[in-house]
Amino acid sequence: MANKISPVPFNGTKEQEQKLLEVIAAHKDTQGALISVLQQAQDIYGYLPIEVQKIIAEKMGVPLEEVYGVVSFYAQFSLNPKGRYKISVCLGTACYVKGSGDVFDKLSRTLGISSGECTPDGRFSLEACRCVGACGLAPVMTVNDEVYGRLVPDDIDGILADYQAR
Amino acid sequence: MENVNIKINGMPLSVPKDATVLEACRLAGIQVPTLCYLKEINEIGACRICVVEVKGARTLVASCCAPVNEGMEVYTNTPKVLDSRKKTLQLILSTHKRACLSCVRSGNCELQKLCKDLGVEDESYYDGENVEYDIDDSAAHMYRDNSKCILCRRCVAACQMQKVGVIGPNDRGFESHIGCAFDLNLGDTSCISCGQCIVACPTGAIAEKDQTDLVWQALADPEKTVIVNTAPSIRATLGEAFGMPIGTNVEGKMVAALRRLGFDRVFDTDFSADLTIMEEAHEFLDRVKNGGKLPLITSCSPGWIKFCEHYYPEMIENLSSCKSPQQMFGAITKTWYAEKEGLDPKNIFVVSIMPCTAKKFEVGRDDQAAAGVPDVDVALTTRELARMIERAGLNFTLLPDEAFDNPLGESTGAGVIFGATGGVMEAALRTAVETLTGEALADVTFQEVRGTAGIKEATYHVAGMDINVAVASGTKNADELLKKVQSGEKQYHFIEIMGCPGGCVNGGGQPVQHASVRNNVDLKALRAKALYDADEAKAIRKSHDNPVIKEVYESYLGEPGSEKAHHILHTTYVKRGL
Repeated sequence: MANKISPVPFNGTKEQEQKLLEVIAAHKDTQGALISVLQQAQDIYGYLPIEVQKIIAEKMGVPLEEVYGVVSFYAQFSLNPKGRYKISVCLGTACYVKGSGDVFDKLSRTLGISSGECTPDGRFSLEACRCVGACGLAPVMTVNDEVYGRLVPDDIDGILADYQAR
Repeated sequence: MENVNIKINGMPLSVPKDATVLEACRLAGIQVPTLCYLKEINEIGACRICVVEVKGARTLVASCCAPVNEGMEVYTNTPKVLDSRKKTLQLILSTHKRACLSCVRSGNCELQKLCKDLGVEDESYYDGENVEYDIDDSAAHMYRDNSKCILCRRCVAACQMQKVGVIGPNDRGFESHIGCAFDLNLGDTSCISCGQCIVACPTGAIAEKDQTDLVWQALADPEKTVIVNTAPSIRATLGEAFGMPIGTNVEGKMVAALRRLGFDRVFDTDFSADLTIMEEAHEFLDRVKNGGKLPLITSCSPGWIKFCEHYYPEMIENLSSCKSPQQMFGAITKTWYAEKEGLDPKNIFVVSIMPCTAKKFEVGRDDQAAAGVPDVDVALTTRELARMIERAGLNFTLLPDEAFDNPLGESTGAGVIFGATGGVMEAALRTAVETLTGEALADVTFQEVRGTAGIKEATYHVAGMDINVAVASGTKNADELLKKVQSGEKQYHFIEIMGCPGGCVNGGGQPVQHASVRNNVDLKALRAKALYDADEAKAIRKSHDNPVIKEVYESYLGEPGSEKAHHILHTTYVKRGL
């Protein structure tokens, strides 16, 4: 099984680390504070890469695996940053029956990432979502705030090329 | 202790107030089946095999973690209970790779036994989609196969019990699996190779890397002189693999079996344990006299050594530079013995039988090749030796008792107690005290360092000085002890640490005892007793009195701690970090 370390290079700042250490210091001796620390860490960094989880594990005095076990259990935590272009494909009922699964697969293949991941250059992240309220345009995906409807897999290369060029 | 009155299957019973329903049932002579439950290690009530009916309770109750209370009425064998246990097993089987014919644990699998005992007839009843898992064989000593994992978490608890905690449950729901952080390979983590997860696993999801084929090949190679050595604790545990009572000393049958397997020489690691004492006691006295780094900490246990390198790299200088008895055995065999017998070290194949999976890691460490070839070629666990004996068709229990070969089969009582926590300390004290005082000890036993307590301490007044010693077994206890040493709360001159709780007798390479046994007897104490009895029966009980040890120093090494001894018998460590 491939490991789950984000391929996007970590570029946390000293200021972020300082903030994280303050959060940990405030919670260190509270029983069951790990989730709270993780939530605030994600607020600081936007996601929870191994570098951040290692700091939390060391300073909270718990094994890294225990931290990772919690992070990987809850859907609210992300191991990858959001890309500059955040792609969400609707896998809700209407879009799905209109073929959004194929669109999603095409994106996943083309970008080489699966749901919740980000391309190593930080440009694109991919996730599945449920209903963006545009069922009349099914199947639908959004790239940041832009909405694309009535998609077929063959549309994907063109759309991505457009964002590659920006 | 206050008691409460309960009824089990209609029978009235008075049981201690703080007992669990499971314990109460046992007092009533009923062994409720369990799967995830490991007493004092994993008490999470997750698997639902131990369920019982309690009058008035809304649902079935997990007996392993339900406390008794006054007036409780428990039913252990109702159709509802039996049906529930069976369904649970069928659901577990639906995601379990049922490769039972070839599985390493076939015949000794707790899941297999439960299915048989509880009458599971249709093992594929709930079959459906499954997650595919790769086998993780990245570590030197073991592999993990999640397709056989039943998520009982006994391995996770065992790893936490060691204060290592490199495996745990990842992801959720259908995707839940046991893995390392970020699903890294085990070999890339700070796993200490102790193998406590293996002896905790009820199925074949975790096992040592079987290296018996390498040994069969060497035995069949006419060019090789194949020399075997058996660690002190093997004689106290090997019999268990053949159904003998826990704590039976099978030294004679073990030697007979090894000879019949075709080993050219059957030697004893107890000899090199004696050799270790000569070097380590000398090192200790040298550090005391010359202001060396104290406390000196023993280095026999490769699980402890790896723990120290990962978690206490700043204490590496405290470690004795002595190789472990396994490595000293290989080193002296391929140097002194090879020279004496006119053998080319390249054609000597040294096999160790060890209670330990970390020994497989140790064999491949740097700076373990005194004769320019690896000191030891293969380290097998007790379980692998048992497998070889079975494969060869030897009827172990009917074998005669035979004696080790000479000269490296000659050992003392000090060597044999190395297999139990406190044994290395006691053996070292026997030699160090006599060296310091120049007088023979009236009593060679040091009771204070015996017993299965996780941490033991003692102060001995020797030749006008107080020697403070401590003994820890299990790396969690080691961690606790070292924290006190680092903070200055405790001051010791000499510390013995063994990686596994109770020492080598309870090592990760020992025969697997089912939870139903482990939960109810003290494995550590029963096995250790066999070693202390063996010590008492020995004519010679002090390492420095071993005649072959004397010969090795007189004719070859010179003095303990000599340059030659350092070259052959000592090693170095690395800071690994986390």
